[in-house]
Amino acid sequence: MINLEHVGKTFPGQAAPAVGDLSLEVLEGEIAVLIGPSGCGKSTTLRMINRLIEPSSGRITVAGKDVAEQKPHELRLAIGYVIQQVGLFPHRTIARNIATVPELLGWDRARISTRVEELMELVGLEGELAGRYPAELSGGQQQRVGVARALAADPPVLLMDEPFGAVDPIVRLRLQEELLNLQRRLHKTIVFVTHDIDEAIRLGDRMAVLNVGGVLEQYAPPVDVLAAPSGPFVLEFLGADRGLKRLALIPVSAAELEPGPAVEQSASIAHARAMMARDRVDWVAVLDDGRVRGWITAASLDGQERLDQIEPTPFAVTVHPSDSLRHALDALVSSPTQVVIVVDADDRYLGLLDVARIGKGLET
Amino acid sequence: MSALVASQPLIRWSWIGDHLGEIRTALVQHLELTFVAVGVGLVLSAVLAAVAIRFRITYQPINAVTGIMYAIPSLALFILLTPITGLTKLTAEIALVSYTLQILFRSIVAGIDSVPASVRESAQAMGYTRWQQRWRVEIPLALPVMVSGLRIATVTTVGLVPISGILGSDQGGLGTFIFDGLNRGFNTPIFVGATFTVLLAVALDVLLVRTQRLLTPWTRRVRAT
Repeated sequence: MINLEHVGKTFPGQAAPAVGDLSLEVLEGEIAVLIGPSGCGKSTTLRMINRLIEPSSGRITVAGKDVAEQKPHELRLAIGYVIQQVGLFPHRTIARNIATVPELLGWDRARISTRVEELMELVGLEGELAGRYPAELSGGQQQRVGVARALAADPPVLLMDEPFGAVDPIVRLRLQEELLNLQRRLHKTIVFVTHDIDEAIRLGDRMAVLNVGGVLEQYAPPVDVLAAPSGPFVLEFLGADRGLKRLALIPVSAAELEPGPAVEQSASIAHARAMMARDRVDWVAVLDDGRVRGWITAASLDGQERLDQIEPTPFAVTVHPSDSLRHALDALVSSPTQVVIVVDADDRYLGLLDVARIGKGLET
Repeated sequence: MSALVASQPLIRWSWIGDHLGEIRTALVQHLELTFVAVGVGLVLSAVLAAVAIRFRITYQPINAVTGIMYAIPSLALFILLTPITGLTKLTAEIALVSYTLQILFRSIVAGIDSVPASVRESAQAMGYTRWQQRWRVEIPLALPVMVSGLRIATVTTVGLVPISGILGSDQGGLGTFIFDGLNRGFNTPIFVGATFTVLLAVALDVLLVRTQRLLTPWTRRVRAT
């Protein structure tokens, strides 16, 4: 969808190129994240796609057409653009900000106002904000307007330059989540610039790690980059908690579960003791027709005749197969039994994970 | 300046009643001289500002030249111009226009410069042509700063028009009365000329403020949160 072939950019008066010789392909419907330290040319690269910056060398095509052969303003009408400072037009209401590109394309009023309503709902803005001016909105709301404005004429391509960099971490997480939800419905081709490794991992279908001067160190899905960094630069850039970051991308279902000490409450006390002995633990999970009720200790079995006479302690946390291994690890470290129970959507016992099993997840 | 004659009453009300027609004519003439001067000044400044914005290197020279024009005392300028353009309205307007240029030029450039870079960038990235970006985004946003310059230029011009009355009764607007009164040692026309000049300046200033408020509704509402 977007193809960069040997693209370079040297700004006047600078000896070293901002981008040396970069080739990169972004497939239709994927989010490609450009990430790297400042000076790596990620923003420059993004701006060359919609010709806010003209490349010094190389060729860029969008949907098969060379961007250099199109009039810049016409090219840009088909490319959404979102920046960190949002850049809303302060003199226009929210509705008219969103209507910018449709107005430029000459849509009629009725079509524009229908589209504006639709977009405000899509990005989660209340309709009553339509008549407000940008200065009357919070930072998070402004960035939603920015996204709506970029999507207004339904462009196939979206360029985003650190769009969530200026909002607080909680709002940022929510906006990232919303972007992923939008993307599941809209299937845009998105190029997303960030310097936040966690954001890149969370959002990217693929991430391009750039070194100073626009040198492409690695371009692969985040899980692959984390599993096998291409070199010392990427390794260092990923940071010390690379393993934890990887765990965040691997679902519990990918790990091999241990059967663990678990008994039906209709089972005998002896059977429960046998399970504890087998796993060399002093507790056992109690199930009711497969559903997890909780756990009981070896001591609580003393003097009892039937398991269902003992009230089990519920597990504080259980995890689902779709949760990440990082989530499971977090649950594990706060569990007194040092294991985490995995249940399905119906709360049925599937098995358990311990540290060793979670660690094995990284080997796959 | 001891303009007023102490032995007379400040105002002889009957004189005002007898000269209403002349006062009206002088007021209209004063307005005409002001509007032409500010209008021509605005057009010239806009052209100069467009050049300075496009070619930044020209800003300082233009600023210096208009600054010198602003610094020349008005009486001196009238005297310098008279041999060339005579005791005419043209002489008056040349002088009046030259005093508006600096303030208008600077406020137009400052207004355009006050548009945040992020707004400029997103206008460009949305697909505005350079022309559309200038007229639909930058100029509307520059209005508050531009109008503040226009107010100063207008009020200054209203105050300078009476001085150009030295060139003759067709060039002075309300200043004609002031010169007339001074020549005849008669307080009332001096007072009338001065008072109406002040009122005119205040009225035009208020009008400009109101107009700007109407044109820039976004500046009135502040963040509600």
